[in-house]
Amino acid sequence: MTTTTYLILAGVVLLFVVIFQIAKASEYVSILNGEDKANKQSNRINGFLLLGFMILGFLGVWWCNKELYGSTLFPQGSASVEGEKIDEMFMLTTAVTGLVFIITQFLLFYFAWKYQHKEGRKVFYFPHNNKLELIWTVVPAIFLTVLVVFGLRFWFRITSDAPKEAMTVEIIGKQFGWIMRYPGKDNTFGKTYFKVISDEANNSLGQVWQDNEALKLKADPANYDDVVTTQTMYIVKGRPVKLIIGSRDVIHDVGLNHFRLKMDAVPGIPTTLWFTPKYTTKEMKQRTGNPDFVYEISCDQMCGNGHYSMKGIIEVVTQEEFDAWISKQKPNYYVAFPDKDPSNKAAATDSTANKIAAVN
Amino acid sequence: METTHTHVVSVSQEAHDETHHGHHHHHETFLTKYVFSQDHKTIAKQFLITGMFWALVGGLFSVIFRLQLGYPDAKFPWLEDLLGEWAKGGQLQAEAYYALVTMHGTVLVFFVLTAGLSGTFSNFLIPLQIGARDMASPFLNMLSYWFFFIASIVMLSSLFVQTGPFSGGWTAYPPLSALGQASPGSKVGMDLWLVSMALFVVSSLLGGLNYIATVLNMRTKGMSMTRMPLTIWAFFFTAVLGVLSFPVLFSGFILLIFDRHFGTSFYLSDIYINGQALPNEGGSAILYQHLFWFLGHPEVYIILLPAMGMVSEILSVNSRKPIFGYMAMVGSLFAIAILAFLVWAHHMFVTGLNPFLGAFFVLLTLLIAVPSAIKVFNWLTTIWRGNLKFTPAMLFALGFVSLFISGGLTGIFLGNSALDIHLHDTYFVIAHFHIVMGVASMFGMFAGIYHWYPKMYGRYLNNTLGYVHFWVTMIGAYLIFWPMHYEGLAGMPRRYYKFDIWESFKHFGSLNQFISIISIIVFLVQILFLINFFYSIWKGRKVTSQNPWGANTLEWTTPINPGHGNWEGDLPEVHRWAYDYGKDGKEFISQTTPVAADESRH
Repeated sequence: MTTTTYLILAGVVLLFVVIFQIAKASEYVSILNGEDKANKQSNRINGFLLLGFMILGFLGVWWCNKELYGSTLFPQGSASVEGEKIDEMFMLTTAVTGLVFIITQFLLFYFAWKYQHKEGRKVFYFPHNNKLELIWTVVPAIFLTVLVVFGLRFWFRITSDAPKEAMTVEIIGKQFGWIMRYPGKDNTFGKTYFKVISDEANNSLGQVWQDNEALKLKADPANYDDVVTTQTMYIVKGRPVKLIIGSRDVIHDVGLNHFRLKMDAVPGIPTTLWFTPKYTTKEMKQRTGNPDFVYEISCDQMCGNGHYSMKGIIEVVTQEEFDAWISKQKPNYYVAFPDKDPSNKAAATDSTANKIAAVN
Repeated sequence: METTHTHVVSVSQEAHDETHHGHHHHHETFLTKYVFSQDHKTIAKQFLITGMFWALVGGLFSVIFRLQLGYPDAKFPWLEDLLGEWAKGGQLQAEAYYALVTMHGTVLVFFVLTAGLSGTFSNFLIPLQIGARDMASPFLNMLSYWFFFIASIVMLSSLFVQTGPFSGGWTAYPPLSALGQASPGSKVGMDLWLVSMALFVVSSLLGGLNYIATVLNMRTKGMSMTRMPLTIWAFFFTAVLGVLSFPVLFSGFILLIFDRHFGTSFYLSDIYINGQALPNEGGSAILYQHLFWFLGHPEVYIILLPAMGMVSEILSVNSRKPIFGYMAMVGSLFAIAILAFLVWAHHMFVTGLNPFLGAFFVLLTLLIAVPSAIKVFNWLTTIWRGNLKFTPAMLFALGFVSLFISGGLTGIFLGNSALDIHLHDTYFVIAHFHIVMGVASMFGMFAGIYHWYPKMYGRYLNNTLGYVHFWVTMIGAYLIFWPMHYEGLAGMPRRYYKFDIWESFKHFGSLNQFISIISIIVFLVQILFLINFFYSIWKGRKVTSQNPWGANTLEWTTPINPGHGNWEGDLPEVHRWAYDYGKDGKEFISQTTPVAADESRH
């Protein structure tokens, strides 16, 4: 331990001793002066402090909001069309609960201050009142019904089936990173099976692209054009995107804060979510005034000691940029089997028909 | 009934003899009086002091990981002295951070706020307030403590194994908790965690069954159910919740143990880890979450209801005014107890739960806000036009109401699935449950300790230290947790070791420092409270009157230092409810006072 540590420790102990001695002394004084008098005094002080706490508390709430609102996601707005509804719902809930918060906290501290002990005050013997109790059962119930109705409308909209024109991307979590897969030209994901996963053989998702007698698997040709990438996902502005979410090992969670959505990645049980991005990453850099802005995928479910570093990136681009990007990606099948890749063969042409023929 | 009666007489005789002759002519040795005691009051103190030990440990853990969150780049050489490998070069390692976070959660939720809270006060107050000599089964009651004690030893020992204690979060979701390959903490640390928790469930069940049996069968003459103080109602519902939900958790743990060691696939399927595909197929990781939260949600109320009951009692006594809407208070406790079983899946909105099913859980979750609102309004009406004495207990009770409002309202955000999609597992959730369940229940516990300390030890706690304790904790709790809502609204995820690589979350550095500093101050003040507690056991101001707060309930009709058996002579007879304060111009009317002929009715 360093000297500073000892000094800090000594300081804390000293402070304790001082507080403790003062407290003991005040106890003796109260016994000498009569407990009644001491109680009256401490009652007055605490009544005053309760009122002060309320006033400073409300000011603090206002100030905290002023200081920190800018660092939340609200000023930049939702980056997805669906997320707008969530922001709307948030503001509605804040309005309702904020009102209740102010009224009840005010009454609590105001009553405490107002009705602090006074000699000779007669308390109001008021054990029950059915009408009052009925009112504060029914009124909260009505408010909550409103919130439930709005909430569920948004909930069903968000969890409804993705529109038909949506692009699909598969995103698979693993300790500690993300793997993405695009269905390729046939717009179909090839089958996967976890027992054929092999990172060494470039088959990180277990794509079934070879017959396997032992596991009774038949190669799925839909796999041949699937593109697999890691960490960064490209999606298109204004085009709904449906994520098919899974995990290779433990439970992860695809957290999409700017789009206001998240969904768990559970091994063995695929989940989905869909949304429509509103702004490209470039546009967001301007909206937020932050040249380093990126859409981040945060893992939001405890997944092990590297949980905090499990970051993915979403690049929202225009359709043209996306087309240019995807055309440069090599299907994972060709990455795993370079000899099957037509572009590696002298005789190969770039026609799709030939590609498939070569594969077969 | 016959047997109970005989038992009561014999204990009464014992207590009688002891008080009058003052020497131990029967088998009361140090061991049977303080260690293997069957006196509910001693067992209560054992629960309390063990709970305090755990609160100190759990609190210290939070201070250490808060240091990491506030000062991720700083080096603290003393941390290495304290934690060794865990803080290489004075910097907390990720595995240590996760171990501390996990232990903080487990310890605080189960060992402090379940055993320490309802274990202490159910034990202490049920016999005293219903007019019984002891629990229905003092022996099982003793066992309940000792199972808790062994559970504590096992949990404590897991801190010292080489691969570290369990570090996958207090909810222990598989596959992370099922596979040693997934995390070092999931190796032997997890086995110890499971054994400890299983023992804890046994302790909790033994206690709970005892509380239920005692409340139902051993009330003194005249103590009908509707004359019971609200504390007893709260402890009763708490025990019912525990007895019905802990076995479900237990079953979840059993399946987890099977998956870990016996090759079953209850929770495991399609897993490829450390370069190897596991043979398990067909299990569901989500099944565990259902089993866990079927306890996990009622658990929140197991923690909260005792605090609510004690706060109701303390507010009424110190307002010198009856609790408002007694039957509504009982009814809302009942409603909360029922609904507590029907909302568990609101913890699982983002697991891929069927949205249609989710809708019911939204509805039922928000429905719980209604009985909660009734309770708040009834508390407010209780202090309205009262004559409030701000004892430290009363201040903590008022603080409880304030925190319960603040934290309860943010529950309305999280219970609504459409918002939960955004806020789930962010700091917003941390802020919510710490305020409403953690700090609020802690306040209920403090209120209970300050209020019943004179009955426990025949001495008072120092008032000035009590006020310092209250104000620093109250202000500190809001300063710590209020700003966290904003971090959550920026999407900042919980359980992150550091945020430096995250463009979206790294701008909270100075706020995190501020929160860490406040939490250290608040922690130090809790130590001050502990000093006050232990100092006052021996050196506190002595209680000189039998009923120092002028309260109506039966515990204040016992001698200042009640022996085993509680009352000398006959058990008191009850003639009225517990809340006749300020009636007909009388300041208070004890439950043992017969109803006078000219008394007004209500």
